Amino acid sequence: MRKLAAFHVVLLVALVLVLGTRGAGAVEPSEVLSDPVLELRARDISQGLRCLVCQNQTIDDSDASLAKDLRVLVRERLLAGDSDAEVMAFVTDRYGDFVLLKPPMKSETALLWFGPLVIFLLGGAGLIRFYINRRREMAEDGATPKPLSGPEKKHLKSLLAEDGAESGAEGDGP
Amino acid sequence: MNWKFLLPTAIFAAIAVAFAVGLTLDSQRLPSALIDKPAPQFDLPPIAAIDGGESYGGGFSSGDLEGRVSLVNVFASWCVPCRVEHPQLMSLSRDHGVSIFGINQKDKPEDVMAWLARHGDPYRAIGADVTGRTSIDWGVYGVPETFVVDAKGRIRYRHVGPIMERDLTGTILPLIAELGS
Repeated sequence: MRKLAAFHVVLLVALVLVLGTRGAGAVEPSEVLSDPVLELRARDISQGLRCLVCQNQTIDDSDASLAKDLRVLVRERLLAGDSDAEVMAFVTDRYGDFVLLKPPMKSETALLWFGPLVIFLLGGAGLIRFYINRRREMAEDGATPKPLSGPEKKHLKSLLAEDGAESGAEGDGP
Repeated sequence: MNWKFLLPTAIFAAIAVAFAVGLTLDSQRLPSALIDKPAPQFDLPPIAAIDGGESYGGGFSSGDLEGRVSLVNVFASWCVPCRVEHPQLMSLSRDHGVSIFGINQKDKPEDVMAWLARHGDPYRAIGADVTGRTSIDWGVYGVPETFVVDAKGRIRYRHVGPIMERDLTGTILPLIAELGS
């Protein structure tokens, strides 16, 4: 019992260590600021900045030297008293919107932001039209199917009986 | 025949063409955020002297860019593609009289001096960007990168990667001629 408890404690510590370092990626100990509040802000900002060399990693996750330089730069700006928005503006002034992992909402990015919604609405409209048309066509053809006539019923019964006899004869089948 | 029958095929063809075009684009070739903006303010020291020798390159600051069309080339001795573009830079400076300024990024003085002695020095002046901070001010992704700056000190063109012969004749020389006239 004691062994199991010890194992759980180890597991918990490992979990905390793993989760605690989430997002720190490639941040080196020498880069970390002594002020935990500023460091947390730096981490938050870094999560939104693209490593331009590897393109689909944040600067926190990348070992590229440009990513390291940008991490250091973000921390320097924060130490100089910049707000988060000012730090972001400092980087986008030099590297453009592409450095942001979440593209800003502006006229050039409208297609990016609203394109999927437009496609979804167009698809939905097409689907609704399809069903409306089908319902109308069915109404024109006589909405409810006519009940089976006497001979038809007889034919169906014989078909079903045949089917049942066949499967019975074959036993369990394949 | 009902033309609607062809609609899905037409949509598929349109998407296929869009993707095919997308595949041929180079994701590294992005327009600089600094195009048509003034070059950043900076003042880089020359390549530091080693063992009692003299410093090299004379340093490079934003003021040097005023008054003439120039090329700003970010390079390093540790950068392999820089070696590839070097003959083109030599030709630009020697045969076409273009003034090229060098930003030497994160290099050791002894390495870059040996490199320039061996392959030739096409630069009018060189500034040493030891921290890489001036490169960031220029929006540089990696070395080599080259900018064409007009006589008013505005950045007009950015070239990512080594300058090949075709870049020289196709883009850079015509642009320099146009800006210089």
